[in-house]
Amino acid sequence: MRRIGVIALNTFREAVRDRILYLLLFFAGATILLSRLLSLLTVGDRLKVIMDVGLAALSFFGALMAILIGTSLVHKEIDKKTIYTLLSKPLRRIEFLLGKFLGLAVTLLVLLSLMTVFFQAYVLLLGGGMNGRIFLAALYIFLEMVLLTAVAVLFSTFSTPILASLFSLSFFLIGHFSRGLLTLIRKIPAGFSRTGLRILYLILPDLENFNLKTEAVHGLPLPAAWLLTSAAYGLFYTLFILTLAVIIFRRRDFT
Amino acid sequence: MAAVLTVKNLRKSFAPGFIPRRKEILKGVSLEVEPGEIFGYLGPNGAGKTTTLKCLLGLVFPDSGILTLFGRPHLSLSARQRLGYLPESPYFYDHLTAFEFLDFTARLFGLKKEERRKRISALLERVGLADAGRTPLRKFSRGMLQRAGLAQALVNDPDLLILDEPLGGLDPIGRKELRDIILEQKRQGKTVFLCSHILQDIEMICDRVAILVAGRIMSSGRLRDLVSEKIEFTEIEISGLKQEELAGLGESLAGQEGRILLKVVGEDKVDDVLSLVLSRKGRVHSLLPRSLTLEDLFLDTVKSS
Ligand SMILES: Nc1ncnc2c1ncn2[C@@H]1O[C@H](COP(=O)(O)OP(=O)(O)O)[C@@H](O)[C@H]1O
Ligand SMILES: [Mg+2]
Repeated sequence: MRRIGVIALNTFREAVRDRILYLLLFFAGATILLSRLLSLLTVGDRLKVIMDVGLAALSFFGALMAILIGTSLVHKEIDKKTIYTLLSKPLRRIEFLLGKFLGLAVTLLVLLSLMTVFFQAYVLLLGGGMNGRIFLAALYIFLEMVLLTAVAVLFSTFSTPILASLFSLSFFLIGHFSRGLLTLIRKIPAGFSRTGLRILYLILPDLENFNLKTEAVHGLPLPAAWLLTSAAYGLFYTLFILTLAVIIFRRRDFT
Repeated sequence: MAAVLTVKNLRKSFAPGFIPRRKEILKGVSLEVEPGEIFGYLGPNGAGKTTTLKCLLGLVFPDSGILTLFGRPHLSLSARQRLGYLPESPYFYDHLTAFEFLDFTARLFGLKKEERRKRISALLERVGLADAGRTPLRKFSRGMLQRAGLAQALVNDPDLLILDEPLGGLDPIGRKELRDIILEQKRQGKTVFLCSHILQDIEMICDRVAILVAGRIMSSGRLRDLVSEKIEFTEIEISGLKQEELAGLGESLAGQEGRILLKVVGEDKVDDVLSLVLSRKGRVHSLLPRSLTLEDLFLDTVKSS
């Protein structure tokens, strides 16, 4: 546990000294500020537009950060061969991987908190109130970021950063469109293809589980059972992906 | 006493690219390193020295063979606790300063804060980086990185120090300092295992060596036994004499500006040449007894394989 913490701390340090994160933070902030401009161009409840755009920005830039630092920081250790020195120390491979993952998760938590607080402050400034739903939505965005980080780590254990980023991005996109399959399943008659689609939907990630945007923006009810299943879904999916990553990483040759 | 490090019949092959045709890099390597000795693992580039080390350190998994460190299976964490390793052309985190990097390494060994601080400043001093402790590693030169690498290898005061091409990037002063550090480890009863393709500066300090060529150990043993101290021949450079007068005394190797370089075998012949030069009022410019060096042995081994 101590050693996992040491690796996590070093990963956190490396991430916060990376300039690319500040660039992403800047763009996220700019998008949140621009939501006001969009709200002026639309009819209807302006605050709702701002909420909508702001939460979308949190989710999008959060995912981007997770994928970017997830793939780059793991691959860098292998590519720059810093892992040679690390693994020659009293450190298990699984400890290295979990430490890396934990450090990334903490980094993302800090970044997302910054963005969320900034967003809430902006909403206050524009006449909205303190809104607990913003923080709840952010929490589920965080769950998604953690899952994406695990995916990025998994792909980085065996491929190049570009490929790993592409794979992770595909995971992100598929995850947000897979729910479309459910509509399709409802439309086609029972039979072989319907069963096939059902199985496909079960295998594919469903990241819409973490999307509380509509409910948060329009003040719709958020059933506790649904919140709990979504959280459990994220947790177990993350554990599953991490287990795969550990299995691949355990037997890998570093040459 | 039990060996500090043993390798028994180690085999390792790689399958490069998509075609599953395996290339065997290590073809049954065996060696033992005794406590307190400086062991030189020598061989030309690509012989498989680094691959042997990577097997020992658990970076790659061997096809077969038994590896132990301090009498334990080589992957055991308690063995690693007593080990220091300097990789070939080391590269470290860009984002850390030398001090932060060493602190990070020391934490992995579970050193306490006060102990870390003391050890690290002593080590930075020892490897000649006392003024560079607050400098980010990304600003380090190749030689400075090598020094930082040595410092991280020593951070846990290891009983076994494994160095892969430790001379890389070091200037002559750095090489001298490195040699001193290695000898100091030995004085403290520690064991040093060093890999190198360069013999110069290294051969003098090794107690025992093994020479690896193309994945096989071609010869090994005490340096004294491998390299006889017997004088093989003497090179004498003289002037004031004619080539013909020296016939039968030695082989003429080269001649420039009236000088003759003679290769003379046997001490009697050397005396003969010297008295001849004296009687002809010639001059002796240099006289160099030559014994077999590790370098000769090395070249012979590589050639004969
Ligand atoms: N991942 C790999 N795939 C294929 N061949 C490799 C791999 N790693 C090393 N080799 C080959 O193994 C041989 C030995 O390499 P190495 O152990 O680094 O030699 P040395 O350290 O003695 O110079 C070289 O011919 C190298 O090309
Ligand atoms: Mg090498």
